[in-house]
Order: sequence, then C-alpha cells, then structure tokens
Amino acid sequence: MIALIDYGAGNLTSVRKGFAAAGADLFTPAEPRELSDADGIVVPGVGNFAATSALEGAWTTAIRNAVNDGTPLFGICLGMQWLFEGSDEAPGVAGLGMIPGGCTRLPPREGLKVPHVGWNSLHAPHPSRLLDGVGEGTQVYFTHSYAAPVTAETAATCEHGTMFAAAVECGHIFGVQFHPEKSSDGGIRILRNFVRAAKG
Amino acid sequence: MLSKRLIACLDVRNGCVVKGINFEGLREAGDPAALAKRYNREGIDEVVVLDVTATLEGRRAFEDTIRAVSRELFIPLTVGGGIRTESDAAAALDAGADKVGVNSAALADPPLLTRLAARYGSQAVVVAIDAKRLDGRFRVFARSGSASTGRDAVEWAVEAEACGAGEVLLTSIDRDGTRSGFDCELTAAVSAAVSIPVIASGGAGTFDHFTDVFRQGRADAALAASVFHYSEHAVSDLKHHLRERGVPVRC
Repeated sequence: MIALIDYGAGNLTSVRKGFAAAGADLFTPAEPRELSDADGIVVPGVGNFAATSALEGAWTTAIRNAVNDGTPLFGICLGMQWLFEGSDEAPGVAGLGMIPGGCTRLPPREGLKVPHVGWNSLHAPHPSRLLDGVGEGTQVYFTHSYAAPVTAETAATCEHGTMFAAAVECGHIFGVQFHPEKSSDGGIRILRNFVRAAKG
Repeated sequence: MLSKRLIACLDVRNGCVVKGINFEGLREAGDPAALAKRYNREGIDEVVVLDVTATLEGRRAFEDTIRAVSRELFIPLTVGGGIRTESDAAAALDAGADKVGVNSAALADPPLLTRLAARYGSQAVVVAIDAKRLDGRFRVFARSGSASTGRDAVEWAVEAEACGAGEVLLTSIDRDGTRSGFDCELTAAVSAAVSIPVIASGGAGTFDHFTDVFRQGRADAALAASVFHYSEHAVSDLKHHLRERGVPVRC
C-alpha cells in the first residue's frame, strides 16, 4: 500500500481520487512508524511552506528512514518543494533536504501574474521514469507562487517569468510542482508511473 | 506559456443545472454530474459549480452535488454559493472542491478570506465579485445581485487580494445571460489593479467575445455556461478559434 501523509495541508480527497484512477488505493498513516510497511509515500500539500512544519520531527525522520531503505517518495506541489532544503516563503522551516537547493518566489514580470495559476507546458530535458509516456509540451495544472530551482535532479522544466523545476527525479525520489490529480489524462499517467515505481 | 483558461459554469439549484438571464428567470437545463463529465471529455480547463440560490435561501451548496460532480473530474473544481463560514468551506473542500468561491460573506466579513487562506492556502480561495455599472462606476452587489453594497468593484478586488484571495471571479450583472459579450472594460480595470488571476464572467455569446475578453479585457480565464451547454463541439471549436487568433489555450 502507498501511504498518503496527512499533515493538515493537503487536498487529500482529490489526491486519493487521482490515485484511484491510476489504480492505487492510498492509506493515511496515523503514526510515523506505519511508514515502515509502505510501498511508497506521497506527500501532498497546498498553501504556505510554513504548513510543512507539521512534518518536522518524527514524520521527517520516518520518511527519511523509509526513503533510505528504498521506499519511493512522491511530493506534490508544496510536497515537492518540501523535498528541497527550504523555501523563502518560510525561512525558519526546514525541508526534507534530500534534493539540494531552496525554493524562491517567482519573479514579477510585466504582463505575468503571480501566483502562477493554470495550464502550462512541460519541457523534459531527458527521459525519466516519472514522465514516461507524457509527451513533450504536455500541459498540466499549476497553482503556486514559489518554485524550485532547475538542478541536475530536474525531470521537467516550465517557464513563467523564469525557468523553474516542474518535476524532479532523483533515484526513487520524485516530485511535481503541478497538480497531477488535476491535470487530466497526462496527470493520471504520472500518478500511474509513480504507482509502478512503488510496486516495482 | 501559460494558457488562457476556459471555464464551464454550472448554475445549480435543487441539484439541477439552471440558467438565468440577468440573475433572474431560472430555467432547468440538466444533471450537473452528467454535464461535468461531458465538459471534461470535451477538454474544458476547469469547472465552477454555483449554488445560485444558496445565499438567498440560507442553504449550503449541496455537498452531494459537489461529490457527484468531482467524481467525474480530474481538472480543477470551484464551488460557490452559500459559503459563509470556515465550516461551509471545509464541507465543500472535503466533498471534492479544489477552491471555494466566496461572495456575500466576504463582503460582510473580509477577514473570512484571510482565515480561509491561512487554513487552505490562497489557491483555494476565490473571491466572487458581482458588479454592475452605476453612475459611471462599477459597483459591487451582494446576495446574488439583489443587494447594492455601494462599494467600488476595483477597490474591493484589491482589498480582497490583500486579505488573501487567490483569484477573482468577476461577473458582470449587466451582461449575465445576455450573450452580448463580456464587459471588457470592467475586466480590464480589475485585472490591471490586482496581481492575482481574474476570471471574466457574464455575457459570453460568440467565440469572438472570448477573444475580446482575453485581449482587451486582459482576463486570465473566461467563464461561460450556455455557450458550452447547447453544442457538443463548443469547447474544441472555441479553442481552435482562439488558437488561430494567437490566444494561447490548452490543447
């Protein structure tokens, strides 16, 4: 079973529904120790980076231990930002730090609005497990004001005033800045790819 | 490049989709879940479900309707109508909505937007503004367009953004249901004043009305009901039309 972390900042209903369409039922662990049995871990998240402070301590330790033991991890939106070291949105709150770098606010540009809300296209610089079968230029649904930098772990970029990491993949750590559960067929395909990684 | 969004609106009363003209004279037009499924298949970018009579009758948006509609969708769903408190918002979000639209309650209590944004994030908070031209200005009306607030629409949009709203759903009462075109002047005035996305609503009748509201109106998204309602190919035909005119839309 794949675990869906409920730390009070997720659109759990939609994420669960998206994964159901991708062929997986998710369970919500009540205790961090339940993660030791999980085939995969999903960290959802909407809102302010400060909300991830609820993960600090026991949850972070349990997630890190599980990932070190080989359990695939998938961060969605705020959950992906949390994979990094932190965010300017909440400087006092540490991220998981398993992907180097920090999140910054999208820069203001003439004629472009922040938050970045809506459908925008993905550019994948190289093949990845997460984006397998997702065509170049596929449009997915974003809603965010902060974004992660483009690094060696970037599986797809997107542009809104600046180029940022729309998807990351580093071994069995995956993340997407957009909402695959709200991104129609392409999004469900990405969820299915993670389910495959978790079952593999 | 960020696409301009096309949003289908389902005005719902007693579990059925209805459509009025100038906010009055509601008539029935279908099952919300069936319509949502059709729009999803046709490539709509987003769906809004409004419980059009909820505020007047003091009812909550029907959670069963939200649940039935959200089951059919893997695109964003906004629910509005009768969202007065944090628990109303929680019920709508738990039932499957991604965003809640708040109108009269936010006018009466702007910090409600702040509380909702703190709890769910700004991306989940849409301030719905119903505006009407009056004495050369755009005035805000509450309670499904029935109560004048005396407030200026642009000023209220700016305040709502500062309070934590993540998007503006801006409806022209003058144009609603008339199919005579969006109020581009109203939309442009609000869009220029805020940094959050503005969804233009009210008056869509032809494909060119959409081109106009994206260009002149500087709208980030356009919402319509009947345009999508009565033709099976409206969404893809409209997207083709916009793409040919250089307006970026999702394939």
